[in-house]
Amino acid sequence: MTAQAETERHSLVELQAVTKVYGSGTAAMQALRGIDLRIDAGEFVAVMGPSGSGKSTCMNILGCLDTPTGGKYLFRDIEVGALTRNERAMLRRHHLGFVFQGFNLLNRTSALENVELPLIYRGIKAAERHSRASRALAAVGLAGWEHHTPGELSGGQQQRVAIARAIVTEPAVLLADEPTGNLDTARSIEIMELLTAFNRDQGITIIMVTHEQDMARFARRVVHFRDGLVWADQINGEAH
Amino acid sequence: MLTNTLLLALREIRRNVLRSFLTILGIVIGVAAVIVMVTIGSGATAQVTEQIASLGSNLLMVRVGQHMGPGQTTAAPPFDLDDSQAILREIPAVTEVAPSSSQRLTAVYGNENWSTTATGIDNKFFTVRNWAVQSGRRFLDTELRAGKAVCVIGATVGKELFGEMNPIDSSIRLGSFSCQVIGVLEAKGQSTFGSDQDDLILLPLRTFQRRISGNQDISLMQVSVAEGRSTDKAKSDIEEVLRIRRHIVGAENDNFQVRDMKEITKMLTGTTQILTTLLGAVAAVSLLVGGIGIMNIMLVSVTERTREIGIRLAIGALEREVLLQFLVEAVVLSSFGGVIGILLAVSGSIGLAHLLKIPFIFNPGIMVIAFLFSAAVGIIFGFFPAKKAARLDPIDALRHE
Repeated sequence: MTAQAETERHSLVELQAVTKVYGSGTAAMQALRGIDLRIDAGEFVAVMGPSGSGKSTCMNILGCLDTPTGGKYLFRDIEVGALTRNERAMLRRHHLGFVFQGFNLLNRTSALENVELPLIYRGIKAAERHSRASRALAAVGLAGWEHHTPGELSGGQQQRVAIARAIVTEPAVLLADEPTGNLDTARSIEIMELLTAFNRDQGITIIMVTHEQDMARFARRVVHFRDGLVWADQINGEAH
Repeated sequence: MLTNTLLLALREIRRNVLRSFLTILGIVIGVAAVIVMVTIGSGATAQVTEQIASLGSNLLMVRVGQHMGPGQTTAAPPFDLDDSQAILREIPAVTEVAPSSSQRLTAVYGNENWSTTATGIDNKFFTVRNWAVQSGRRFLDTELRAGKAVCVIGATVGKELFGEMNPIDSSIRLGSFSCQVIGVLEAKGQSTFGSDQDDLILLPLRTFQRRISGNQDISLMQVSVAEGRSTDKAKSDIEEVLRIRRHIVGAENDNFQVRDMKEITKMLTGTTQILTTLLGAVAAVSLLVGGIGIMNIMLVSVTERTREIGIRLAIGALEREVLLQFLVEAVVLSSFGGVIGILLAVSGSIGLAHLLKIPFIFNPGIMVIAFLFSAAVGIIFGFFPAKKAARLDPIDALRHE
């Protein structure tokens, strides 16, 4: 936290009494029961909780993929719930990066082309696109692997490509949904170190869902969900 | 945005070369079929037209008897030379009248026999039929007047009787008399009606009448109408003249017939054109089936690529960008199919035209139409799957296995 001491801290994302109900009538399922959560620029937050606790729903809302049923979600003081589908897409395009448990790379597509994808949607010219994608791949330690397809890469390498794709647009927030869920411990630690470095060196805010205590250790703040509510919200004492 | 979409679509096609190829196979075959059918059809039409034109333009055929169907005529008194002179004299639009009379006989040269048609003519025949003598010469006026035993033979007769030898000045035997060959006609090939036009022997009319038929009859008058004059008018004039000369009155039917080559042209080209249209329509159905094939594969592809669409949407692709990508993919695919189909069709129709011995007519119009049609097929049949892809919910799509 000391690194950002001189920059003024302001709210980046803020959930105010957010509820989410799936279905209706007797079949209605209340996934979120009133979440208040404020995350500032530059934070590294781990979200933990048992399955069904609402953490994935919360991530979808934070990622502007879903809208709350009740309450407010403010992204840089913009109320996301009031935006259209396309406006939310534009918000994702310009401010968010996603890393998934299953990597979600386009198969039979080279690492470079995968990383270029968000830049194509941003309308960036070919020459700049190539150089930025190459730099992002180098930043995740995959220089020289540009032309390999996901099938030719190990799980750890695929997740690195996914991280490169998420950070190539220099997003304000990187949302990681169990990024180490499919990896062994050694690979997981490498990924976590990579995320920590991006958070520390580039000031990218990271919100990460995990159910592994070992991985949550890398975050500075850990938010625990249970039964659709924030159960605990603590600063990670052991964080380095 | 369009160039980006095109880039994404091209990458997608390259990613699945085999599937893309199978997708467009229907379009390839459809486009190729349409073009081949239409090209071969117009080649056949052109051939018919050309052959009829080679008979001589503005030609009217005056025959004895009423035409009752293929090769059937009612019995009627024959024409004579006076009839042909009367037509030439009384109708100003008529420039030439070539009277002729024919009979089948066997021509003999050495050990060779050939059954053919002997036709008695005068030199006007060459003019009205627009037919040149390739080697040798036409008849002299003295030969025509005197009924000399000379003949001009068709290319087929020359080949059958003389093989590689030069027939000029040789004598062939026609029935009871010998006849000197003075010329060989230029080859015309097969007629539209399927008969060999070069299988004939031409004699001076007088020679024919004296030595072969033994009468003064004329069975056919080929009438040439002046350029720019109405053949319809000439036709009715001829009918009027002949009705008077043959004493046909009132409602009595003509016992002769005047046929306009243009009518025959129209009739025959009409038939081939109908066939071309029909074949083209059948081929167009296959193009439609090809389009449905594209829709099928695109729909499967949307399901198969649900997760990919989820990734794109999560990254920030707009609904219309996903829609456009799938649409462009479909259009690019079907256009590729169109281009391959055109290339296939051109080589196919050149080969087929060669095989069927009809002229190959390069028709850029039908290719442009086929190409545009294939692109349109892409738009029409690509739209539904594209819409389906764009409407996907990113969360569900990402969760899709």
